[in-house]
Amino acid sequence: MTDDARLPLWEVFVRSRRGLSHNHVGSLHAADAEMALRNARDVFTRRMEGVSIWVVPSAAITASSPDEKDAFFDPAGDKAYRHPTFYSIPKEVQQL
Amino acid sequence: MTAVAADVAAVATLRMADDCLVLSHRLAQWSSRAPSLEDDVALTNIALDELGQARALYARTAELDGTGRSEDDYAFLRDEREFVNCLLVEQENGDFATTIVRQLLFTTYQHAQWSKLLASPDEQVAAIAAKAVKEASYHRDHAAHWTVRLGDGTEESHRRMETALQALWPFTGELFERDDVTDGLVVMGVAVDPERLRAGWDPFVDGVLAEATLARPETTWAPAGGRRGLHTECFGYMLAEMQHLHRSYPGVAW
Repeated sequence: MTDDARLPLWEVFVRSRRGLSHNHVGSLHAADAEMALRNARDVFTRRMEGVSIWVVPSAAITASSPDEKDAFFDPAGDKAYRHPTFYSIPKEVQQL
Repeated sequence: MTAVAADVAAVATLRMADDCLVLSHRLAQWSSRAPSLEDDVALTNIALDELGQARALYARTAELDGTGRSEDDYAFLRDEREFVNCLLVEQENGDFATTIVRQLLFTTYQHAQWSKLLASPDEQVAAIAAKAVKEASYHRDHAAHWTVRLGDGTEESHRRMETALQALWPFTGELFERDDVTDGLVVMGVAVDPERLRAGWDPFVDGVLAEATLARPETTWAPAGGRRGLHTECFGYMLAEMQHLHRSYPGVAW
């Protein structure tokens, strides 16, 4: 394997079935968006995993920093009333 | 189908099957050696598609030629002179540019062939074509994209593509060669005139080469013989490697 560092990194999102949302499945290297789509098709959907693919330049993603973890997420920890646990979901609803 | 017609049809399916198998083995040789992980997976995916097409075609050939041979018999127990693949697919992988040029020249031909066979009166061949044409469409697309990228890429990638194109172009003449088998098939309505395949092949390849800023080579040397079992030197070595295990341990399974 040669120097992949010259090719930009892309994040890949695959929708497994109609009606579901795209899920992040991994990342790969490609020169541009077209090539990233093709690579994603070969690397991530070879076992019928999807019906649609999104690719996004990794550089376009702004991520929260691990340092900010406490400030970002801890305040939600003791607010159980935000969880929708007070009504029952019909058995037929599999994806929510 | 009469016995004679079936014999002719069997040669035709065998030629296609051998094309698929040999190309599949060449592409599989890239496994773990491709320039990037992404293309390692892409090339081996394509190899598996070609292998699947070869298997279906060998099964049909065994019915047509009446020998009832297995896929393994065709793949592992025939000698070089009995293989009737075109010379183009057996050519060595070389660098990545060489493999991409070989892919462009051959899969464009193969895609045209499968497209025509969708209407084959042989229902089994038409069914194989229905599955294979989608695969071939992706293989052609993969090769075309890489050709443009490398041809219209850096000075070095352009130079390598030019070299590969010069080396492989002479082998394309054989793809459209006419002989008793192709003439017989045209008469039977089972296959199309090679000249008509070329009418689809030329504009596609020319279009990709133009976009890739590569010139279509002018060559007069046009080697042939693959369809009659006369192969280039590299093929014997490939076959020896491919068949060695099965011949050393007959019937081995793993």
